Amino acid sequence: MKKHEVPQQNAKAFMGHSKVLYALDEQGRYVPTPCNGWEAEEIVLDQAIAEFERRAAAAWRRARQGGGSALEYHMYRQRMDRVLLAQSTGFFKWRVRRHLRPGVFERLSDRCRQRYAEALGLAPTQLDVLPDQP
Amino acid sequence: MNAASIALDIEIPFDHRQSAHCESGVIASLLRHQNLPISEPMAFGIAAGLGFAYLPFIKFGGLPLFAYRMPPGSIIRGLTRRLGIEMHFETFKQPADGMLALDQYLSQGRAVGIQTSAYWLSYFPPDMRFHFNAHNLVVYGKHGNNYLISDPVIDILVECDADSLRKARFTRGVLAPKGLLYYPQYIPPKLDLARAIRKAILYTTGMMLYVPVPILGVRGIRLVARKIRNLKPRAEHHNKLLLGHIVRMQEEIGTGGAGFRFLYASFLQEAAGMLGKPGLAVMADELTAVGDEWRRFALHAAKMCKGRMPMDYGLLADQLLDCAEREARIYKRLRAEIK
Repeated sequence: MKKHEVPQQNAKAFMGHSKVLYALDEQGRYVPTPCNGWEAEEIVLDQAIAEFERRAAAAWRRARQGGGSALEYHMYRQRMDRVLLAQSTGFFKWRVRRHLRPGVFERLSDRCRQRYAEALGLAPTQLDVLPDQP
Repeated sequence: MNAASIALDIEIPFDHRQSAHCESGVIASLLRHQNLPISEPMAFGIAAGLGFAYLPFIKFGGLPLFAYRMPPGSIIRGLTRRLGIEMHFETFKQPADGMLALDQYLSQGRAVGIQTSAYWLSYFPPDMRFHFNAHNLVVYGKHGNNYLISDPVIDILVECDADSLRKARFTRGVLAPKGLLYYPQYIPPKLDLARAIRKAILYTTGMMLYVPVPILGVRGIRLVARKIRNLKPRAEHHNKLLLGHIVRMQEEIGTGGAGFRFLYASFLQEAAGMLGKPGLAVMADELTAVGDEWRRFALHAAKMCKGRMPMDYGLLADQLLDCAEREARIYKRLRAEIK
């Protein structure tokens, strides 16, 4: 890729920052070149974020209808899934799956709550709270 | 655990240079800080950082791992081992100890590299935050409760509050940083760069061509091409997520473009001058051309995900196969060139 071919498509996710790509200058030498966004990257980044939002919204609806827990919503909100939540709390996957059920979640001990709160970066009291909007 | 962090006022002069990749960027700038001028591509190349791996048994959000480079940590270890540089590494059981040690190094006037989870770094743009536990950066000072940070993938110097940094350094899970901090402890007065470059090129090309497992190197690329060709059209939502995931691993995760291929080509170009082997520069140009093909693959895949192009798994697979064949030829000629 030549320096003048480096895309500059002002991705909103970069928030005015730019990253470095290696590209060829006029003499054919490689130079670090700033890039403030590229269509391909923007599409796949939006896609990844939208997927988390889609899962969070579905979990929010389930929790509203009593079929799921607020914890599941917060998990997707913090861009995690069950595997990642299990890894970052140190619980087994089957325990996390169980804790995500509404009845079980409400009876969770304070120590378990603390571990979820720490992993998700939330206060333990926030774990039960479902916002008005997903 | 939440021991109040000590307010300090320290700023160690540090030359911030933006890099493509966090690990090669951090180690290059830490070495530069100790008067060993080395470029990011040179650091990446001598570390034998280039690679390819498709690991279906490691899942992220239900999607397999695609890596265009060697595992995290291997760039620092590979580079320093080949050059005979000794590193000091330290991890901590207790977050409070880890934060205290960081403050002590800063008080001694030492800038240190640390491993973090990108998700908890407060200065990262929110849309760029994902749970990736092996993001490297340099801490070069502290004002009050804020750490001064030279993050190699960010264009400017940044700050991060102590609480966020503690969380970022002590997340649990895969590749958990455990508060890892490091700095070069001993740099030999004479470095045999030429020998290190030769060994590194042999290592990388050997790894890409001859590792006898089908999920690594050029065979890994071919396998992924086959997987893409055989995707079931009716599972389109999942297929789009998979393709998007591949493109993100290739382009977005600080690779310098084309999944580190441009970074490596830049290394070959620099090595050609150092070793007086113009053949390496020719290989650099060819690898650049393959990198351009990788970028076209990424653009096509992204457009297909978004519906701006008709979905065509066969086309994407053909592009990957083309990359695999051309890379194989380049690596073979590189080996002949260097021997």
